[in-house]
Amino acid sequence: MSETPVRVVLYLNQFFGQVGGEEAAGIGPRLVAEPVGPGRALVPLLGADGALVGTVVCGDNYFAEQPEQAAAEILALVRQAAPTLFLAGPAFDAGRYGQACGALCQAVTRELGIPAVTGMHEENPGVELYHRDGYVVRTGASAREMAAALGAMLRLGRKLLAGEPLGRPETEGYFPRGQVVLEMAEHTAARRAVDMLLAKLAGAPFQSEIRLPKFPTTPAPPPVPDLSRAVVALVTDGGLVPKGNPDQVEPRAATKFGVYPIGAADTLDAAQYDVTHSGYDNTSVRQDPNRLVPVDVARELEREGRIGRLHDHFISTTGVGTPLDRGRQLGRDIAAHLKGAGVEAVILTST
Amino acid sequence: MTPISEMVGANRAVQGNGIVHPVGDASASPAQERALRRRLIERALDALRTPVAAPTLFK
Repeated sequence: MSETPVRVVLYLNQFFGQVGGEEAAGIGPRLVAEPVGPGRALVPLLGADGALVGTVVCGDNYFAEQPEQAAAEILALVRQAAPTLFLAGPAFDAGRYGQACGALCQAVTRELGIPAVTGMHEENPGVELYHRDGYVVRTGASAREMAAALGAMLRLGRKLLAGEPLGRPETEGYFPRGQVVLEMAEHTAARRAVDMLLAKLAGAPFQSEIRLPKFPTTPAPPPVPDLSRAVVALVTDGGLVPKGNPDQVEPRAATKFGVYPIGAADTLDAAQYDVTHSGYDNTSVRQDPNRLVPVDVARELEREGRIGRLHDHFISTTGVGTPLDRGRQLGRDIAAHLKGAGVEAVILTST
Repeated sequence: MTPISEMVGANRAVQGNGIVHPVGDASASPAQERALRRRLIERALDALRTPVAAPTLFK
């Protein structure tokens, strides 16, 4: 346990720093010696073994419009006050403020090597951006809870400073950072699982040990008004690539997709293709790539006028072991590429 | 793997003929396989023509 009094610098925006409202959102950073706004609530929480050695106040727009410049200026001011702990906000649900707080905590820890803690409401965009690298205490949406939020931030900050091991995020009050920590359990997994199931069947609350990812819904696009006039593209995650895999699409955890010409061909020729995807037996597909990317049938449908045109390239990537956010990004990039090429509908074949 | 496509929110899905040849059939004759592939792609075209409000499996 540390005996040295903690030296805190607090970051506030123009509103909490009591300079003004939106009309003052463009003010540049300044270091204030006397406690102001939430700083006044922080002082009694610090008690005898801490001091608020400075408060940096900056306008939300000043930061948002030039974040690197503003961060550099703010770091210089923070350095002057020589803190051992940096607290920012709490920002509650104020988006620009939350992003500034998150970015500054990250910069302070990186450049000054001291712990940094902020606090936000779960819907603050700053949470999504900064909860993994920094420590973002969970707060409500309203500044009525200022004292509780500051208290939680300071408690966490002191623990970080003292190098004390942290309990679970829910206990310490911050958003989980996605880190896996080993714990000894009193009962075996079988027992814990049965207990959860019994609770679930009884309609009682239970805490899953594994957090399932949430999949946001995508509103379904309206149907293609007239397929006989539409440009349709073939996309696959089965990793079909030209022989030699010229773009080096990875066998798993793909970081890219390839765009490969079909031209006027009415089939895919097995001799020209390989499969890079390492997650399924690719014998069948290598014998006949149309079993994965159905150019033969698509061309037939085009000739019959069932579709307007088969797009002259197919897109291919590898869909195994792909981190979810990478998968989403690949999807967005493929969609943007195809939209730019005038494609109106896609048939995506998946292994 | 349509339970997965439904879970992740893919709005229009057609069940393929197996993981290793989603629109193929290595055990069928070439003619049968081509017919199967045609049926599956036509089902996909049906899906593209159909309004949906939520993940829907087209059979």
